[in-house]
Amino acid sequence: MEKRVRFNGWILPLCLVFPQILISGIFFFYPAGQAIWQSMFIPDPFGLSSQFVGLGNFEFLLSDKFYLASFGTTALFSTLVTIVSMVPALFLAVLADRLIKGATTYRTLLIWPYAVAPAIAGVLWLFMFNTRVGIVSWYLGQLGYDWNHVLNGEEAMGLVVVASAWGRISYNFLFFFAALQAVPRSVIEAAAIDGARFWRRFFTIVLPLLSPTTFFLLVVNIVYAFFETFGVIHTITSGGPQQSTTILVYKVFSDGFVGQDLGSSAAQSVILLLVVGALTVMQFKFVEKKVHY
Amino acid sequence: MAHIAKEPAPGMVEKKGGSLWLTHALMIFGILIIFFPIWLAFVASTVTQPEIVKPPMPLLPGGHFIENYSRALFSGVNVPVATMLFNSLVMAIGIAVGKIIISLLSAFAIVYFKFPGRTTFFWMIFITLMLPVEVRIVPTYEVVAGFGMLNSYSGLIFPLIASATATFLFRQFFMTIPDELAEAARVDGARPMRFFIDIIIPMSRTNIAALFVILFIYGWNQYLWPLLITTEPDMNTIVMGIKQMFPSGDDTADWPVIMATSILAMIPPVIVVVSMQKLFISGLVDSEK
Repeated sequence: MEKRVRFNGWILPLCLVFPQILISGIFFFYPAGQAIWQSMFIPDPFGLSSQFVGLGNFEFLLSDKFYLASFGTTALFSTLVTIVSMVPALFLAVLADRLIKGATTYRTLLIWPYAVAPAIAGVLWLFMFNTRVGIVSWYLGQLGYDWNHVLNGEEAMGLVVVASAWGRISYNFLFFFAALQAVPRSVIEAAAIDGARFWRRFFTIVLPLLSPTTFFLLVVNIVYAFFETFGVIHTITSGGPQQSTTILVYKVFSDGFVGQDLGSSAAQSVILLLVVGALTVMQFKFVEKKVHY
Repeated sequence: MAHIAKEPAPGMVEKKGGSLWLTHALMIFGILIIFFPIWLAFVASTVTQPEIVKPPMPLLPGGHFIENYSRALFSGVNVPVATMLFNSLVMAIGIAVGKIIISLLSAFAIVYFKFPGRTTFFWMIFITLMLPVEVRIVPTYEVVAGFGMLNSYSGLIFPLIASATATFLFRQFFMTIPDELAEAARVDGARPMRFFIDIIIPMSRTNIAALFVILFIYGWNQYLWPLLITTEPDMNTIVMGIKQMFPSGDDTADWPVIMATSILAMIPPVIVVVSMQKLFISGLVDSEK
């Protein structure tokens, strides 16, 4: 798509794009280039010189059992976050869609958690499940269940999943609700006249009509779980216990800043870059498809 | 016949009576569950430390609201929370305003001009869409440190406006503006910048406002970046500063103050989202689809 009408001259437009070029150049392209460059070197411990290793860092990473485990952790984590944030959101959106009165009031209440930062969400959930003062862990204790996410990896995973998914329920709700409102009433009524009951109508008509939204949210939530949940993990578990909640982004941070292993951290950045690239292509392919559809 | 007459068409799929109440009840139940963590944080911010450390803590607010909040705001743990709130405000507004300005300018140039390097520039935009700051933290940190921008507002703001999401959105919007407007402006002999200021900016008001909400929240909620570059407590932002309020050793955290800080940290973005709800929702649902 191109505009037919254009202004002349090229000095003015270059001045207009200059601020963006300057900022992206310094803070985006140069660092991204550095990440790729550094990924091929191993610096000495004092940072005085570094040795070219080609793809050595990558080879090392892909045979490192901690790194591979982190891949598995990330896959599990993002799958769970996506499910836990999308299913309740869809359920609530279906409820809100059935209500004529009050739906907007409920919506106002439901968008609150979206504005809460992941790191703050982490603090709130940590407070509820804290092993010493947490109210939920205390009640679990009364019921005979000894909650301890500081020692138990599965409980730690469960807690970071719920804390990460919590704010996303709002986000997904907004999209599902908007999509449900767009489903033509006539189609639903036709099915109702044919005798289809609510759940049958839902699974055979509404859900297929929601599939573009669902697919979009699937990609967006996976991207969220991959990259934006750092705050949750850092506040609740710091990647522990025994790395059971160390997702890829957390590992870039802990190897690069805490472990000072810059070559490996840069190589991990490059691998993540490929992952984001793949997800973005998926998203654009989908947008394209939807335009033709 | 009688059977059909009893159920008029529009009411067919809308539930009535008991089922309607059940829907309301389920909805309220869902909202209560979702709200519970926030409620608990609020309660904790109004009671005393001994009430919290001896579980179960109370579920209704206590009478120490003013005491806890003023302790948080004016003394905090490492630094007064008021300072952190101010830093967050500068960062969030800086990111939102900065990104909107540079994106409006460059989107205008891309859509309304043909200039050397335009295609290259357009592809640059696509690439920056892909890469979150989390992925390039180590080298970006080195750049910012090299400029001596650690512990500064410019260090907090600039690296986070170096992505082109907003440019992309404004471009999409400018493409929908009828060509006749630009044609008319050109016939009238208006300079490009006149056209930009008098026509384009007023027409983009809604998009600018929606984007402001989204970017404000994005900026306010940043965690990793401020964590890396603000080593001095009085440059901490509130979202990253909370974690610093937890003691490192085995000491008990000062829960009432920490929870008061959590509540304070969520108030500005919640106000922005709820008060600009309509704009925000249309901006979000349209822009990301």
